[in-house]
Amino acid sequence: MATLTQAVSKKISVSDRLIAVLDRIKTPVFYAILIGWAILCIAPLYFTLIFSLKPVANVYDPPLFWPIPFSLENFRDVIGALPLFPRWLLNSAIISVVVTVARVLFCAMAGYAFARMEFPLKKFLFTALLISMMIPGQVTLIPNFLVVGPGIIRGGLKIGDLTIPTGFGLMDNLGGVILPGIVAAFGIFMMTQFYKSIPKELEEAAMMDGLGRFGIFFRIVLPISTTQLLTLALLTFQGEWNNFMWPLTILRTPENFTLPIGLNWFRGEYYTLISKVLAGSLFNTLPILIIFFIFQRYFTQSIAGTGLKEG
Amino acid sequence: MAETVSNRPVGLFRQGSSAEKRKKRSEALTAYLFLLPYLFIFLTFTVFSIGYAFYLSFTRYNLLRPPEWWGLEGYRRVLCLEALLPRAEDAPPLACDDLFIKKALPNTVKYTLIVVPTQTVLSLILAFAMDQKLRFRRLFRTIYYLPSVTSSVVISLIFVWLFSPLGIVNQLFNLNINWLNDPRYAFYTIMILNVFTTSGTLMLIFLAGLQDIPTAIYEAASIDGANKFQVLRFITIPMLRPVVFFVVTVGLIGCFQVFDQIYVMTSGGPLDSTTTVAYLIYKWAFRDTTVKMGQAAALSFILALIILVFTLIQRRIIEGSGSVGSA
Repeated sequence: MATLTQAVSKKISVSDRLIAVLDRIKTPVFYAILIGWAILCIAPLYFTLIFSLKPVANVYDPPLFWPIPFSLENFRDVIGALPLFPRWLLNSAIISVVVTVARVLFCAMAGYAFARMEFPLKKFLFTALLISMMIPGQVTLIPNFLVVGPGIIRGGLKIGDLTIPTGFGLMDNLGGVILPGIVAAFGIFMMTQFYKSIPKELEEAAMMDGLGRFGIFFRIVLPISTTQLLTLALLTFQGEWNNFMWPLTILRTPENFTLPIGLNWFRGEYYTLISKVLAGSLFNTLPILIIFFIFQRYFTQSIAGTGLKEG
Repeated sequence: MAETVSNRPVGLFRQGSSAEKRKKRSEALTAYLFLLPYLFIFLTFTVFSIGYAFYLSFTRYNLLRPPEWWGLEGYRRVLCLEALLPRAEDAPPLACDDLFIKKALPNTVKYTLIVVPTQTVLSLILAFAMDQKLRFRRLFRTIYYLPSVTSSVVISLIFVWLFSPLGIVNQLFNLNINWLNDPRYAFYTIMILNVFTTSGTLMLIFLAGLQDIPTAIYEAASIDGANKFQVLRFITIPMLRPVVFFVVTVGLIGCFQVFDQIYVMTSGGPLDSTTTVAYLIYKWAFRDTTVKMGQAAALSFILALIILVFTLIQRRIIEGSGSVGSA
């Protein structure tokens, strides 16, 4: 009996002593972890910047931490001498901006309908929306490629003299990259949840004043949901700007490439010019970084939000 | 029907209900106008696509000739179970493609089993460190998010260069490893990249979960005399379980679908050592000289099934350990 209590008290005191030791070394250890990981996170971008500022010939040469010899030729080439780079930048910008604007508007419209209006099949459609979010993109990749590009039936569906095309014929076309992205189930889900959470009074008052649904939506609902719309816009823009698999499937000629596809293609074609790829990489990264720094709050909130909602 | 009713003057009540009906109908019409863009895209690129992919998975289709009905032959060729049986030296070549069963599936499982635990534990440790109210927290958070905002292609291209034979990693650590062309190292290099890019985002999710635990519970525990280990064991970890489930599921789905990094860094090589399921679907459908759309579609449904099963098992395990923990 006595030995048992002794053992228990001894065990507690050991763990207490351990806690005391851990408490003392806790702060330096946590700082070491945080700083170590921060260095790892910065390193690749730092080396990219340093080596894009060196001439092509020195792309593997030391010094590793400083751009010696220093040269701006890579950036000059990417902007001026290699006309494909500005073209890719423009293509990426067109696709990202069009998809973002369309998706934010259409997701807000659909989200508002799901949150506020009564219509037949509402429950069914919303369940279908939730299920569609769980289906991996690989399943729809092949049919989507056929529908956007060559068509389900090559040469179209022939009924007598009539030929009905079975695809949009948007192969190797920016429109083909844009089309399937103009609405996204996740965005609708996000907007529906938001519109369910805000009070109805303002809309009801406007309805009393004789404003129709479209008037209410564009004059009242959209303006009060700017934060949410901006969050969706940022996530969409980032996703589209960095998108790879779908544009890779649709775009075929170098003139029509987006920046990520173009950079990868350029790397394959001109293996020795990796410095230009590094400089071009920074052009792909910089706009997103700038947007991220300006709107950081929205990015982190949206990520924390998804974790909590689904968790 | 409704028209004939409303045309007859049969008292106030009837008229009111028909006005109600008309209002309802006009609201439904407006709602469908709001939903129109979504429904168009959803019906074309989700409903029709899934149905058509399902049909294609039972056909043989090389884009040149119309799909030809093949029954379950596509699935049989994908699964290619006979490749697992011992075979004589002089046996005739297999009538199926053993890339899935011999390479893509084991590779994807291995990838998932290494990457998911690593990134979950790492991001949890980072989240704990971030939760200590240390100085420069906001700066750290910004820095940790950098790899996630960078495009997967750009970060892959940077890694190809960093890990090239003459690259900075070999120079820094005085090594002479051909990381991406050696079947022993190529896959691990891609795993390092994946852990590197996702941990920041996952850390943010964990951090939100940690900060969401009510302080009242911690206060109650300290009044009851719980020490820090007990608080961690009986409060923090159980309260964090749903977040862990979310992070593990997201990680799992991401790992099963890994594509960009593989395409850019190794294209499935060397010797198919980095061919994953998602990459194999793309390879069969778009990269091989003989296009195998039907077979690729069959594999995409197998992938969807695998993801579903793993998510369900995951949920079971985490819920199971939950009951043990609270007992």
